[in-house]
Amino acid sequence: MDGVHDMGGMDGFGKVEPEPNEPVFHHPWEGRVLAMSRAIGVFRAWTIDTSRHAIEMMAPSFYLSRPYYEKWFVRNQNLLIEKGIVDADEVEAGRALRPAKNLPRGPFSLDDIDKVTKRGSFYRPAQGPAQFKIGDRVRTKNFHPKHHTRLPRYARGHVGVVERLHGTHAFPDSVASGKGDDPHWLYTVRFDAQELWGADAEPGSKVSIEAFEPYLEEG
Amino acid sequence: MSDDHGHDHPKHELSYYAKRIYAMRDLLIEKGVISEKDIQCQIEYQEARTPANGARLVAKAWVDPAFKARFIADPKAACQEIGIDATAINEFVVLENTPQVRHMVVCTLCSCYPRPILGRPPDWYKSFNYRQRSVSDPRGVMREFGLELPDEVEVRVHDSTADIRYIVMPMRPAGTEGWSEDDLAKLVTRDSMIGVMDALPSLPE
Repeated sequence: MDGVHDMGGMDGFGKVEPEPNEPVFHHPWEGRVLAMSRAIGVFRAWTIDTSRHAIEMMAPSFYLSRPYYEKWFVRNQNLLIEKGIVDADEVEAGRALRPAKNLPRGPFSLDDIDKVTKRGSFYRPAQGPAQFKIGDRVRTKNFHPKHHTRLPRYARGHVGVVERLHGTHAFPDSVASGKGDDPHWLYTVRFDAQELWGADAEPGSKVSIEAFEPYLEEG
Repeated sequence: MSDDHGHDHPKHELSYYAKRIYAMRDLLIEKGVISEKDIQCQIEYQEARTPANGARLVAKAWVDPAFKARFIADPKAACQEIGIDATAINEFVVLENTPQVRHMVVCTLCSCYPRPILGRPPDWYKSFNYRQRSVSDPRGVMREFGLELPDEVEVRVHDSTADIRYIVMPMRPAGTEGWSEDDLAKLVTRDSMIGVMDALPSLPE
């Protein structure tokens, strides 16, 4: 979806302001939200693609004005309710009103945290040979889907060169739409800055993206 | 807390977040979805992952050409070799800076970041202005960090749009011949491994 999250190439938000000696978290609740997100993530009740899309679906005014970890918190709450892990009336009441669904919960301690904190691999068996090889010229498609996609607007409809092949991966556009893995080849595609930004862009500079095969056609 | 203009300020907004977050935590614990111990485990796991991991890798690559070759060819195996857990990353790519080519990493769509190697991303990395301008004006962004690149240097921006994770290997500063890996690692800042800065030229105070 062409949402406000797709920010590459926008302007008007001022300079980048690195904070000297920035603490990892500015407030203890931020670390709590991160830890809770990961603790809930153990159940694999949703995937990273679903979780990214849930943030993209937030109202633009909310997305632009609320702190990063608050968006994570609201995302968790929305998905917990959507997946029936908690109910909206329980969030409202602040207490459990009915028993929890049976969750696939394994042993969980610091000793076996590695088993449960790792995200599932995105690699999938290839469904066929890769359509492109390193060095090929490719053109990204000009599309504007209503669903989640990982092809940023600034990189659509442009000619680039395949720089790397990364194997076959679960396809975020499909996964976040609830249509399954639909695995596709993943490439690094490199563009000249002037191809993306026009004649005023810096000569010689390059920008690369990671592009799934359905985003590409022959250049 | 009252102040000198005669009324009480409302409680700081943060307590509002904290209240909602702890209420959700209590609900999830009451329902048996997670436990307080789960949360503590996750906090400990997170705290063990810091930019010191990346700095160790880069410093070792600076002093050991064979390790550098392995680090570039198979970064996850190189991590394992020196006891750094990068298994949570699907695919890990090392981008080597040279006098001719400089790399810079961004995630314009969200906040993808090599967390097992660099820890949590700093706020500026997640900021809208960085996500917006790093792809269209990378040199301008680097300038805001205090890095002025010569015109002839080629800038390469890598937008993390899938689940490949990148680390930039900054150039080894001049005059550090014979330094220990430990001292060299102190020169390798988080920002130099995202690519917006050089490694420090000398040991920090």
